Amino acid sequence: MGICKEEKTVGYTFQGYKRPDGRYGSRNLVAVIPSVICANDVAQAICRQVQGTIGYFHHQGCCQLPLDLHRVTDVLINLGKSPNVAAALIVSLGCEGTDHERMLAELRATGKPVEIIRIQELGGTSRAIQAGIDAAQSLVLQVSGLQREEADISNVVMAIKCGASDTTSGMASNCVIGYVADKLVDLGATVVFGETTEFLGGEHILANRAVGGPDGPVGKKIFEIVDRMERRAKSIGEDMRGGQPTPGNIAGGLSSIEEKSLGAIVKSGHRPIQGVLEYTEAVTDQKGLWIKDAPGREPEILTGMAATGAQFMMFSTGRGAPQGFPSMPVIKVCGNPNTYARMSHDMDLNAGTIITGEKTIEQVGEEAFALLLKVLSGQMTKNEALSYFGSMDIFCLGPVI
Amino acid sequence: MEELKLALKVDDKDNVATIFAEQITDGTCVEVRDKRGSSEIIPVIGDVPYGHKIALVDIPKGGAIMKYGESIGAASRGIRKGEYVHVHNMEAMRGRGDL
Repeated sequence: MGICKEEKTVGYTFQGYKRPDGRYGSRNLVAVIPSVICANDVAQAICRQVQGTIGYFHHQGCCQLPLDLHRVTDVLINLGKSPNVAAALIVSLGCEGTDHERMLAELRATGKPVEIIRIQELGGTSRAIQAGIDAAQSLVLQVSGLQREEADISNVVMAIKCGASDTTSGMASNCVIGYVADKLVDLGATVVFGETTEFLGGEHILANRAVGGPDGPVGKKIFEIVDRMERRAKSIGEDMRGGQPTPGNIAGGLSSIEEKSLGAIVKSGHRPIQGVLEYTEAVTDQKGLWIKDAPGREPEILTGMAATGAQFMMFSTGRGAPQGFPSMPVIKVCGNPNTYARMSHDMDLNAGTIITGEKTIEQVGEEAFALLLKVLSGQMTKNEALSYFGSMDIFCLGPVI
Repeated sequence: MEELKLALKVDDKDNVATIFAEQITDGTCVEVRDKRGSSEIIPVIGDVPYGHKIALVDIPKGGAIMKYGESIGAASRGIRKGEYVHVHNMEAMRGRGDL
């Protein structure tokens, strides 16, 4: 631990927006939150007109089972509580299944400025858009003058993920993110990874890394979330474990399901796993490495990670995934040098230098760490500069009715 | 200068490395590098495609194949240093349904 102590005295900090709950945001946004899909068009019109706003244009919130409606309400509340959000405007239709009044109460309790408009009560679309623009403008004027303050690195919550992977992901970009994850954990920060689907074949390794070992509560929970996901697939007649690795994986050089799974898991680094967060849950005072039970698809996991309270995400890719999230900067670490050269306007960091032999995992890991400090302090990621962050959705469990 | 034939070892505990070069045929020498950049030259046994693995030490039958610092399976026969490692001489220990 000598090295870690030495690094702590160097004192890594970033410039963040301090929120009433004591957390620090990397962005200072007014979130426009439709409480249901049916309010999206009004919310979009408000966001188009008012600078400094972002919208969560999900597709849920009505004609779902009570469990899912509760889940959607919880996720929207935690998105609004994210430290990157300075103020929120809830856009309610009026007859939706989500609990918009609980959203209002819980978000107001954070001390942030929060308003609500109700489309049916206001007399329809055009009147709601006008009221919404006025309300959002007022919120932007209230919070846009807030200043960044110096914050210790231990205030960081980093989310991690890989997508559009290829042969290079498990050998270059995921290893870089694993290096960064270990460094942040050693500095007292919080790191959250998910993609439960990718644990298949590697769940025993994760359980061995759990605090308390594979038979302790955390280890058992890891087996439980993998089993839960497999049972959901089985309930519609699909076996997720059969045929892994795929013939394509074998042709690409993967020899076993363990190797495939580890190639993904390596981005979580090597530190002990402190616990498992449910999809809707936010980080409060948890430190160290945590799992969030989230699927791998981008819109749903990015939403889950933003609801966790992550100020940014580090995202590994090989073939080139360009997308981001409305309120969470996404740093793209590209393991494939050819993809980086082709998509340099979407990829933030070239980890392809590892497989060309120009740099080591540790060297690129330090480059990634330097970049995340800049992004936390306000430097835009490439997807942010291009406004490539509109798609998002909430992971639900039951049928649409 | 001869073109670098690179193989990467990602964890200190690993006994295999992944080749990131084309045209690696029996007898080709590759440079195995670890995450800090230390290197060792190893002659390859067998023809190894891009993205596939070679052994860094002799591995006895039944011995663990280590990558990412973890076991990714077991040798189904003795494997020599430099030899191509894949489904023909190693087997998964998980997710098979027969163990």
